[in-house]
Amino acid sequence: MLRDLVGLKGPKYGCGLDVCKSCTSHINGKAFNPCSVPVSKIKATDEITTIEGLANKETGELHPMQQAWLDYDVAECGYCQPGQIMAAIAKVKQARANGHEISDTDFDELRNICRCGTYFRIREAVRAGAAKM
Amino acid sequence: MHVTLADARPELLLNQLTGGSNSVRSLYTPVRTAAAIAKSRLLQTAATKWGVPTSSLTVKAGVIHHAQTGRTASYGSLAVAARSKKVEQVAVHLKDASEFKVVGTPQKRIDALAAVTGKKQFTMDLDVPNALPTMVCRPPTIKGTVKSVQNLAQVKAMPGVTDVVTISTGVAVRAQTFGQCIDAVRALQVTWNGGSVDKESDATVLAKLKAASLPLIVPPLLTKYIDAEFVFPFASNTALETNCAIADVRADSAEVWAGLKSPIDVQEEIATSLGMPVTAVKVHVITGGGSFGRKLFGDAAYEAVEVSHKIGKPVKLMWHRTDDIRHGRAHPMCYAKIRATYAAGNVVTYEQRHTSVFTDFTHGLGEALTATASKLPVGGLGFFSETVFSLSQSVPYNFGVTTQLLNEVQLDFHTGSMRNVYSPNVTCARELVVDQLAAKMGKDPMAFRRSFMKNDRFRAVLDKVAQAGDWGKAMPAGMAQGIGFHAEYKSCVAVLVEIDCRPATVNRKVRDGVTGPRITKATIAVDVGLPINPLGLQAQMISALSDGIGLGLTQSIHIKDGLPLEGSWDHYFYTRQWNAPTDVQVFVMPANSADPGGAGELGVAASLAAVACGYARATKTMPTTLPINHGTLGFEPLPRTPSIPDSPTDGLDYAF
Repeated sequence: MLRDLVGLKGPKYGCGLDVCKSCTSHINGKAFNPCSVPVSKIKATDEITTIEGLANKETGELHPMQQAWLDYDVAECGYCQPGQIMAAIAKVKQARANGHEISDTDFDELRNICRCGTYFRIREAVRAGAAKM
Repeated sequence: MHVTLADARPELLLNQLTGGSNSVRSLYTPVRTAAAIAKSRLLQTAATKWGVPTSSLTVKAGVIHHAQTGRTASYGSLAVAARSKKVEQVAVHLKDASEFKVVGTPQKRIDALAAVTGKKQFTMDLDVPNALPTMVCRPPTIKGTVKSVQNLAQVKAMPGVTDVVTISTGVAVRAQTFGQCIDAVRALQVTWNGGSVDKESDATVLAKLKAASLPLIVPPLLTKYIDAEFVFPFASNTALETNCAIADVRADSAEVWAGLKSPIDVQEEIATSLGMPVTAVKVHVITGGGSFGRKLFGDAAYEAVEVSHKIGKPVKLMWHRTDDIRHGRAHPMCYAKIRATYAAGNVVTYEQRHTSVFTDFTHGLGEALTATASKLPVGGLGFFSETVFSLSQSVPYNFGVTTQLLNEVQLDFHTGSMRNVYSPNVTCARELVVDQLAAKMGKDPMAFRRSFMKNDRFRAVLDKVAQAGDWGKAMPAGMAQGIGFHAEYKSCVAVLVEIDCRPATVNRKVRDGVTGPRITKATIAVDVGLPINPLGLQAQMISALSDGIGLGLTQSIHIKDGLPLEGSWDHYFYTRQWNAPTDVQVFVMPANSADPGGAGELGVAASLAAVACGYARATKTMPTTLPINHGTLGFEPLPRTPSIPDSPTDGLDYAF
């Protein structure tokens, strides 16, 4: 739906099985994987944000997490990174909702595959991005 | 200056190949030369325009200045005027290394902004008119073929479906969306002919490898010795972007878009298959979403061309993930046998026999001449493999009489090179035996390696990780350090890891995944002769470390009755955050050469070896099958039919 009909190509196809998490986007501010949600389960009032909608709409200013990705030169091939960024933002917010900053335990719950293996830089960037969120 | 990817250009011969960690090595001087020629033309253009001598001009950050008049002009503003109307031979003087301002300094990726905003375009993101989503229903065993389709008309009538057609690899479906393709593929009722390896499973393949293993020569009679054998199962490249391509085949021409590392060979193959001249086939090279060797072959491009040719319409063809693992190319299983003899503080002989399922090198070295040579029936089998093996493999230690030999077993799996090709397995086996030798000879593993190293460059990276990684520090029972070393591509690297094999770590629970031992820390020192971009180089090492961790601990393919059982990353356990180290340091050794060595694959072998050696030291058990968890199937395999599994619908339950 998102890619073929709406034309938003930021979320990537990596498996279609809710495994690789390349398509991670936000529904009402929470991370989810559109590949595993039929359109029938989406309500008219739901707000869905893909990577394309993350930067400030008026100023075009990047989200702090996107900027951290640039600062730490995280991306290699870049295919998974929109999903990584969307998942990271939600994970930081989830940790805060639980009363703490993102921890190693929280990182271990991120399932997004990065086949270029940039995991260590992702950890560095998420902490830096979180500090500015 | 924006350097773009060229279409397949046969006149480039073997200069259009991405592979062998060769890009920086092969492009360093040509790019510098091209840049110097461009700069000299731009200066001449400004000098002519302003009527001043070239010698009076200076350049800073792409802007030409004339001090006396205060005039400035950017390179961009002069580019059109500076172009040459005729081909002419020119000579330039390349800058001395002492004048480098950019080479050797950290530079960020130029496509990073596009990547983090979702604007970076991969093949499936391109809008080619009328190239509709297309997927293929594939056989239940590798290289099976279609015997008959029972319900072709019904499937063709399904929502959105425009075409259903039998092709050499299965039944292709073209529809308005990929979701409709999946539904249609799953609805197809197909009777299949057998495949090429229907009777093969892990055990039968291993038995064939063992039977074909070349004999060790040195009789272990007069000296002490170590014999060891290792098994490395099949492994899949699994780039995040699955095999995919867009094709538009017309009556007398064809146009293809795909991520390709050997585009000239792919263009030749397509032209041959369509009976068209090469000049009628346009092949556009698109940036790939990972490759790790997979895109050396144009499998998806050939398939897209076949479908488009048969239905007479453009197609945007994509493999499902499950198909990509089960029917995509894999690094073949191999069996390694080593005998080392030692006496009086010396290693007297070192013999390594590497026996592998045949690796397909028919992509050649980037053009039709070598590709044809690698496809010759007589002398073809093994010739290319042995050449690659003997050119890439060497022992970095002074171990007396040393032999490393490759033998291959011809089994018709889909194979190909995977990042670092033979080296991860060969090096891992060797480094595990080196640790055994050190133990038998009463030496510390680091000191042992150091004393037998063939040169000071090798010793320097070892020393660096030993010092920075605090080699020999006290660790709790169940934890250990492991060291791995590898030299290739005129570069060398040492990897020092810390591994936690304590039950509390090993028994961590993760939904639909495996945990096991964890690499908690890694210290890496890399010497590439001349580091061009240390930031990118460090990224390559971090990346290779993730590969080595997966290959050592969790990530393998299980073959059963002619098909891999794995169907996603919840089966094929490539490293994820929960198994990634929380502390990584990469040291780039200072330049010691005028030329850069290769690095893209370099770190995989040393990382795998370090992980394996660390595991052996922590558990006091030398692993003989890598990854260590291959013996336990950590998942419930997906059905073989239909080839594409059902799409989950419970995604919102996992929203966070």
